[in-house]
Amino acid sequence: MENRIIDHQLGRLKDRILLLGGATETALNRAMESLAKRNSELAQKVLDEDKIINEMELEIDRMSVEIIALHQPAAHDLRFVIAVAKITPILERIADHACNIAESALILNTEPPIKEHVDLSRMAQVAAEMLRSALDAFTAEDSEVSRRVIERDKEIDEGYHRVFGELLESMIDDPTTTTSAAHLLFVAKHLERIGDYVKDICELNVYLREAVFIKHSPKN
Amino acid sequence: MGNKIEVSNLNFYYGKAQALYDISLAVPEREVVAFIGPSGCGKSTFLRTLNRMNDTIPSARVDGTVTIDGRNIYAPDTDVVSLRRRVGMVFQKSNPFPKSIFENVAYGIRINRIHQNKADLAERVEKALRDAALWDEVKDRLNESAYGISGGQQQRLCIARALAVQPDIILMDEPASALDPIATQKIEELVVELKNNYSIVIVTHNMQQAARVSDKTAFFMLGKLIEYNSTQKMFTSPDEKLTEDYITGRFG
Ligand SMILES: Nc1ncnc2c1ncn2[C@@H]1O[C@H](COP(=O)(O)OP(=O)(O)OP(=O)(O)O)[C@@H](O)[C@H]1O
Ligand SMILES: [Mg+2]
Repeated sequence: MENRIIDHQLGRLKDRILLLGGATETALNRAMESLAKRNSELAQKVLDEDKIINEMELEIDRMSVEIIALHQPAAHDLRFVIAVAKITPILERIADHACNIAESALILNTEPPIKEHVDLSRMAQVAAEMLRSALDAFTAEDSEVSRRVIERDKEIDEGYHRVFGELLESMIDDPTTTTSAAHLLFVAKHLERIGDYVKDICELNVYLREAVFIKHSPKN
Repeated sequence: MGNKIEVSNLNFYYGKAQALYDISLAVPEREVVAFIGPSGCGKSTFLRTLNRMNDTIPSARVDGTVTIDGRNIYAPDTDVVSLRRRVGMVFQKSNPFPKSIFENVAYGIRINRIHQNKADLAERVEKALRDAALWDEVKDRLNESAYGISGGQQQRLCIARALAVQPDIILMDEPASALDPIATQKIEELVVELKNNYSIVIVTHNMQQAARVSDKTAFFMLGKLIEYNSTQKMFTSPDEKLTEDYITGRFG
């Protein structure tokens, strides 16, 4: 960063959103681990720490408004503040999905485990990798990486359909698993939504770098 | 819409010192174009080439062409007086004449013999003052000295004076740089309003002002035109790194 007054403010803003990104990643990873390891304590931790994430969101909103009002950013500075202001609520929503997964984990951990849900952990791994890459690409303002991450959303969608089929089968084969299967279905749906949100972040990364909105365009 | 002014390959010299280098740029009909750039980059010099105001500087020399409505204003048969009537100018420091408010506006109408009779003259003065958004503030004191009104009002009086002779182009050199935010806002609203009937070129050091009022922005540096683009593009994602560095305050 350089030494204009605004650089100091933009630097602080970047630090904050990276902290928020880190907290969101942690929430997602812990939620999935609480499920895989049947660790209810960890799930509870995700739920307890969500309010920190909400506070981080408010703080970033406040800082973004202040920079626009007091420093009148233009060009890349402006795109940076806009990108941050738009990525922030997306991260907060991803963290909400992590909470929802943690809530399902609390219930699932009291039910007998059903057969291995290999695909669910695979989906979770792809979602976590995508989120990590999206945040790295934001830091590096790398639109090439961002475009590749957008492509990976397909893997999540495929995983979702596979898990859906498997869980349906499980419900039919052994109706006692219905409660668990239904909750796992929710978890899969949350992961699928997270994939969509990460895609949105990557689209904003491309905007930051190239000043183009690729959202809703037929081919990125 | 067509172009009102077309400048091609314009070079300008003060004696041996070259102040403008190979400038080509077009001002569209009924649009506002803003000129921005660091102090001394040649904005005012370039603005003055558009109505030959530099002619009065003995050492000044220009080559290249400036056409208005397709005619080269540097052609030998150009009537400079009528050119300046068509291309009005408003300066940074308001410069009313030491006369009444009325006479300041009437002056140009009289010397150009635009009016039919006294009633017509009064009507034209009123219209110009209205168009400059000043009428309501001065209508009861038209015969008082122009020096008795505020700086912001004097600046709008100068705009009224420019409008009174029915130009089609208005050049403004930092018209609001000495004004408070309210007077500045009035000038800016006026610029946007005047665009319906005139092509306007405005020099400004206020980036937000350029962004607010203009359709296109030209960025100059060291006598060169660095970038000329839609204002929207210039302030969100300029093509040139130099432009970005300037508008985001990295130098200048
Ligand atoms: N009458 C003159 N005689 C000689 N040189 C001049 C004259 N007027 C301007 N210059 C020089 O020409 C260059 C351009 O000046 P100009 O006034 O056009 O700049 P500007 O962009 O309008 O600056 P500012 O933003 O400070 O008004 C400068 O180097 C200036 O010193
Ligand atoms: Mg000047």
